[in-house]
Amino acid sequence: MAGMKLPTGEQQFYERAIRKARRKKKIYKYGIIAGTIICTIFAALFLLPTILTITNSFMSSSEINANYGAVFQTTETGGKVFISKTVNLKFIPDMVSFSQYFTVLFKSPEYLVKFWNSVFYVVPILVVQLMVAMLASYGFARYKGRVREIIFFIYIIMMLMPYQVTLVPNYLVSSWLKILDTRWAIWLPGFFSPFAVYLLTKFIRRIPTEVMEAASIDGASEWQIFSQICFPLCKSGLISIAILVFIDYWNMVEQPLILLTNDELHPLSVFLSKINAGEISLAFAVAVIYLVPPLLIFLYGEEYLIEGISYQGGLKG
Amino acid sequence: MEKFKNISEKVSEKSGKLNRFLRRNAAGQTSEKGSVVNRIKNNSTLDKMKKNWKRGRSTKKAIRETAVSWAFLLPSLMGVLTFFVIPFCVVVFYAVVNNPIQKEFVGMFNFERVFTNNAFRQAASNTFMFSIIAVPLAVALSLFLAVVMESGIPFKSQFRSFFLSPMMVPIASIVLIWQVLFHFNGIVNVIGMYFGGPKIDWLKSDKAQIVIVALFLWKNLGYNMILFMAALSSVPKDLIEVARLESATDSQIFWTIKMRYLSSTVLFVTIMSLINSFKVFREIYLLTGDYPYKTLYMMQHFMNNTFASVDYQKLSASAIMMALVIVVLMLIMFLTENRYGKDIEG
Repeated sequence: MAGMKLPTGEQQFYERAIRKARRKKKIYKYGIIAGTIICTIFAALFLLPTILTITNSFMSSSEINANYGAVFQTTETGGKVFISKTVNLKFIPDMVSFSQYFTVLFKSPEYLVKFWNSVFYVVPILVVQLMVAMLASYGFARYKGRVREIIFFIYIIMMLMPYQVTLVPNYLVSSWLKILDTRWAIWLPGFFSPFAVYLLTKFIRRIPTEVMEAASIDGASEWQIFSQICFPLCKSGLISIAILVFIDYWNMVEQPLILLTNDELHPLSVFLSKINAGEISLAFAVAVIYLVPPLLIFLYGEEYLIEGISYQGGLKG
Repeated sequence: MEKFKNISEKVSEKSGKLNRFLRRNAAGQTSEKGSVVNRIKNNSTLDKMKKNWKRGRSTKKAIRETAVSWAFLLPSLMGVLTFFVIPFCVVVFYAVVNNPIQKEFVGMFNFERVFTNNAFRQAASNTFMFSIIAVPLAVALSLFLAVVMESGIPFKSQFRSFFLSPMMVPIASIVLIWQVLFHFNGIVNVIGMYFGGPKIDWLKSDKAQIVIVALFLWKNLGYNMILFMAALSSVPKDLIEVARLESATDSQIFWTIKMRYLSSTVLFVTIMSLINSFKVFREIYLLTGDYPYKTLYMMQHFMNNTFASVDYQKLSASAIMMALVIVVLMLIMFLTENRYGKDIEG
């Protein structure tokens, strides 16, 4: 091309085109930089509360009082505790202290009791709900029928109903079965929540039917197809749904407030808001302890979680 | 009899084969085979065979299949019936009788009673206002974030984890920090006053809804963003390339191609955000307790306080009204989505 000479008009045309393309590239580059900055700002805002909670949990109670005394209005003013009029925001504690963790874990059992309450609610619900849902979604996905389609649609509607609607029926059933104020009032509706059924059905429908047909031609019984073909293929889906269900029930507030009048049975999520102001440093420690299980699950199963959420999109599919 | 059975079996086998052949060809959609298919399809003997085949299917095997699938459904079905469907019907019944013992039909009386209740009105309008503000914001912001994330910025997966992390953090754990941030003497006020802003009592004034909307967005943006990112990556690349070659601008590509593929996801995200916006009670309750500032008094507060007074009729009526509103909203959304994205497959 070097020695070739284009007519003047054409050369101008090409030069302009090249300039345009370069400008576009530049704009694109600036766009990327702007996008990164935006994402960084958002990420900082998103991470801030979590990080603050964790770092503040390592502050001793006097330091917490000094920093946040103005917010929580502690009554202990004696000694060297200095209460400022406004709040000091501190990321790094002056002195890392584990005494509040020690207190929570070994001295005051009520926090641990509430923590175990949370665990006792979530784990059985997780296990039973997934088992029931696995069976049901296989029933929905393997063979089709008009009635089953309608029932599946009802499941979707039930799934979409907010708590405020389903809580009233839940309360009525619990009072008929006389399980109000017992763990069963939380467990039983949790076992049969339609959410997992819906998601798992979507997962199973993606498995090619030929796989199951082939197995049935080879003489596998229906149970064998379910347990040895369908179940292993759904493993990643099960994990992702388990994470979603776990978050939902780990965070529950509405159900215990209404179904359990007995404070002893409340999970930690409700109890944390009732910790009195004098024990703020303890509250931070408890909050972090409460945060650890979901955080570990998140770090372990993030890919599954993202996969599970991605599968949810589009109600029709 | 033996012979007859044999014949019918043979026929069903053959027609099954033909059927499978037809389906395969329909999926392939090659025009050459298409003509053959059409010729066969028009053949009347085939129709008869097909009918026969269907009748053959609707015997033992079909019954067995139905039985099996119902057996698998049974545990879940029983649970859902006893804990959701039947009690819901009872709730409908309670909503139209005067009390659970006398069971006199009173028509719309309970609904009227609920509707003239000041607390209900307050709660309903607050919930409505919150959803109206928070849901579009949640959809638009998360779509924006998803587009930015998909535009090829570095550290994509790290950013994704950061955005998703609030979803995993229990609200109860984070409430303390939110109190520190938004208290009358809190950090937001300190910073605001440093720049000459007024001192606002965030949680006990009309500004309280802003705090809650912020908390809602903080919690839900990551989840919505993942949904949008999954949808964006499923837009066919060749379509976009063709549009580029036809010298379409980026905004044209976004609005006319990507948005149409995203429409079903937009619908889904809107519905999920709507449902989650009803869950914001958790945050409000943990931040402010049973009786918050009046703009934060949500439907759930109303229900909780009605539960305390054991007024089943009132509860049932309000639950049903809420269910109706949800169903109507969803119908509207489905219809708009159908109009907007109807010519998109998948």
